[in-house]
Amino acid sequence: MTENNELIRLSAAALAEKLAAREITAVEVTQAYLDRIAAVDGKVHAFLHVNADEALAVAAEVDAIRAAGGAAAEELHVLAGVPIAVKDLIVTIGQPTTAGSKILEGWHSPYDATVVERLRAAKMPILGKTNLDEFAMGSSTEHSAYGPTHNPWDLDRIPGGSGGGSAAAVAAFEAPLALGTDTGGSIRQPGAVTGTVGVKPTYGGVSRYGAIAMASSLDQIGPVSRTVLDSALLHQVIGGHDPRDSTSLPDPLEDLVAAARTGNVEGMKIGIIKELHGEGYQAGVENRFNESLELLKGAGAEIVEVSCPNFKYALGAYYLIMPSEASSNLAKFDGVRYGLRVLPEQGPLTIERVMGATRAAGFGDEVKRRIILGTYALSAGYYDAYYGSAQKVRTLIQRDFDAAFEKADVLISPTAPTTAFKLGEKLNDPLAMYLNDVATIPANMAGVPGLSLPGGLADEDGLPVGIQLLAPARQDARLYRVGAVLESLLEAQWGGPLLDKAPSLTDSAVSSHGGSH
Amino acid sequence: MTDATLSFEEAMDKYDPVLGFEVHVELNTKTKMFSSAPNVFGDEPNTNVNEVDLGMPGVLPVVNKTAIESSIKIGLALNCKIAEKCRFARKNYFYPDTPKNFQTSQYDEPIAYDGYLDIELSDGTVFRVEIERAHMEEDAGKLTHMGGATGRIQGADYSLVDYNRSGVPLVEIVTKPIEGAGSRAPELAKAYVAAVREIVKNLGVSDAKMERGNVRCDANVSLRPHGRERFGIRSETKNVNSLRAVEHAVRYEIQRHAAVLDSGEPVIQETRHWHEDTRTTTSGRAKSDADDYRYFPEPDLVPITASREWVEELRATLPEPPAARRKRLQADWGYSDLEFRDVVNAGVMDEIEETIAAGATATVARKWWMGEIVGRAKNADVDPGQLGVNPATIVELNKMVEDGKINNKMASEVLDGVLAGEGTPAEIVEKRGLAVVSDDGPLLEAIDAALAAQPGVADKIRGGKIQAIGAIVGAVMKATRGQADAGRVKELILERLGVEG
Repeated sequence: MTENNELIRLSAAALAEKLAAREITAVEVTQAYLDRIAAVDGKVHAFLHVNADEALAVAAEVDAIRAAGGAAAEELHVLAGVPIAVKDLIVTIGQPTTAGSKILEGWHSPYDATVVERLRAAKMPILGKTNLDEFAMGSSTEHSAYGPTHNPWDLDRIPGGSGGGSAAAVAAFEAPLALGTDTGGSIRQPGAVTGTVGVKPTYGGVSRYGAIAMASSLDQIGPVSRTVLDSALLHQVIGGHDPRDSTSLPDPLEDLVAAARTGNVEGMKIGIIKELHGEGYQAGVENRFNESLELLKGAGAEIVEVSCPNFKYALGAYYLIMPSEASSNLAKFDGVRYGLRVLPEQGPLTIERVMGATRAAGFGDEVKRRIILGTYALSAGYYDAYYGSAQKVRTLIQRDFDAAFEKADVLISPTAPTTAFKLGEKLNDPLAMYLNDVATIPANMAGVPGLSLPGGLADEDGLPVGIQLLAPARQDARLYRVGAVLESLLEAQWGGPLLDKAPSLTDSAVSSHGGSH
Repeated sequence: MTDATLSFEEAMDKYDPVLGFEVHVELNTKTKMFSSAPNVFGDEPNTNVNEVDLGMPGVLPVVNKTAIESSIKIGLALNCKIAEKCRFARKNYFYPDTPKNFQTSQYDEPIAYDGYLDIELSDGTVFRVEIERAHMEEDAGKLTHMGGATGRIQGADYSLVDYNRSGVPLVEIVTKPIEGAGSRAPELAKAYVAAVREIVKNLGVSDAKMERGNVRCDANVSLRPHGRERFGIRSETKNVNSLRAVEHAVRYEIQRHAAVLDSGEPVIQETRHWHEDTRTTTSGRAKSDADDYRYFPEPDLVPITASREWVEELRATLPEPPAARRKRLQADWGYSDLEFRDVVNAGVMDEIEETIAAGATATVARKWWMGEIVGRAKNADVDPGQLGVNPATIVELNKMVEDGKINNKMASEVLDGVLAGEGTPAEIVEKRGLAVVSDDGPLLEAIDAALAAQPGVADKIRGGKIQAIGAIVGAVMKATRGQADAGRVKELILERLGVEG
């Protein structure tokens, strides 16, 4: 058990090295993670489905290839045999895909998402599917139809959202890597509140084919991990052009792993976004943010201040564009071809009424709220005032970014204004919930890449704080270059990874209601 | 319930019709508009589909480049401008034939716009129809409503849906309001749709078979009192799927609108269903400009850019325009102006071209189509091309006549057999025992009997009045029940009477 505990705490990069050196086997690693899931997921609830048999079979295949040696072993991907968890918004053959919704309960996709095909090609065992807010709509994972995920740092708190399952799985050592999706911060904000790393790539950098769409022009799949290098390794697997996604960039992928390995900020200009800190940000968050700035300065970076005056409209515009697209994307869930079908309890049995009854029963409140908002925003007579104006704001935000990147190579801000709040605290206050994404949304609106990494623990509550780095479109490598430097400076200060400070979860002294101090 | 109508003449006396057409053309690309599934007609339901056509969770569309090329070609042939940059939009509505519950269609940014088509009417008058736009969209699946009396969704026990057609590329060609056609409106309607069909067929971008729905027409009709500028309220008759039906539907709607207006009632803006059997329309769905499809730009697709170089490359591949083609065909076939116009008006120009390509002479092809087939089509109330005669049949029949195996009368009978599905011409000749009697023995017997019965005629022929031979030939044909070769009979009579032919 001790040995296995060591295995699960290794980074993906370290696992990959040991696997390649045949010091450990992929089956041992996969089994260690499956054991950890069995031990702690009852408390964390990061997984909606555990895929033990297939994961072990893939691991065994990798071990057999390595044991046989020769060309096939040489050709194995560097991450072959390193397990991964997949957000349940991404379709997979052989496992259910629910999108966290009752309307897809029991549905199995007949096809694999492009990113899943790439995981399979790299022979990475897929541990299972992780929990999320229904259709990725939320910032706390409380909107999952299958119950909330708990933050491994404090089981009474939210793990962020929508990708709380992926972030919590990685933070609780239930997986070394996970896939997330980020429409307004769903990878980065959970990363911030769970003390993990999450990256939203440049829009078009990773194929969306097979990610169940919330808002097509904002959605992006990205890596979730415990280290910056691990995210780069995973990003390298899933990124690159896909002819099945028209919005996929044709550019060849940069060497992101090299960027993470050769991190350097000497002479770089790092821009603080005036509008994304200070008022409205928790003091402990602000302190950790300032600390990171000092560390970067000490490493030779020049800190400059930039202003993005239109960011103050970003949240409002986002909550028009996202629900508009979502209202159309979610129209296909009607009970006609797949998923839940509910017949009306009384009255005539017409197709409209079956669709209505199905959607009424199958969708949760937050999904309905956004469908209604979006339907309204796109309506004749309102389109120009709502959707049209929001698109103009989007252009202004892009211009703000363009101007900011004239002055700085990367931008920096806290990832979220607060640390993890209590489960249930904001469930009945959608506007307070939406404010969690105020710092992450601008990147989605402009299509630029963003990375969140742990910045330490807030003084007042001892919970993780996230630092967000933003780079110009197609310059994802800069995030890894700067992120790796900041991570190593911070870890030197802490004396090890931040997650070493998290509760063990298997220690019976830690009750599910205990605080973190 | 039958709607009241005015006679067409009275309607024309009182009102001025304004027309408008939306013609949907199904493109014959190998794959669908946004997916790699095959674009094939008539297969087992729900076999030519993949996850994209079924609207599975997570799928994304990818635009078919050939469909874009075809659309640009159609735009160019309709004398349109081609947009340098254009987008698709989503048209949102819930209906089970649309698997995503939105249709991906161009909306305010069509690929082709501002064109025209010159339409030649039966008397040679040229009428210019202005084209507002030609835009790309995807077809919906096909619903079959079971158990109801009408085949409509209302009253059906259940409905079957076939998504094979879902995602088939369509180009919708929309005219500007067509004013000034007057009493020639029905004729213009038919000629316009025929012209569009001819264009897409010659471009090779569509199979252009109306009976298969490759070309479908929605006809808008409104009336206004003579001299008034403002348009009346229009009806839109959906899916009028033959050239004759287009003409009839426009005529009927003019007559119906006139009766409504005469009664002092307003015309209701609505869609109408066309009924081929009664040649009437019935009320469909109320349609107002307020129908809210919540259009917005399709975020899963990037804009389409058509560089000027590409457009010019495509322009260079266009076949000759219809008017030039007609000129060339008339010259090639050696038809008089009148003969050629009759062929065009009968709608058999393409058919004659195909028959000539199959090996018939221009004269033979015209004789069969104009002499035999057009009349039968009229009786059957279908377009001649839809009657089911294929060019090879005509060539085969004609060869039998030329070889003296059958005569023209028999050939016509054999054609009836072919159309009745009795088999190939050879099989029908065999089955019906229609071979020409070529054994001289029985013919000579019949000739001798006929000459004996009409001695006066025989004398006239002997005396040099050869044209009198008809009476004897007729009697012989009668005696042989039409199975004799009339040419041979004539030779034998002259031989018998010792007269030089």
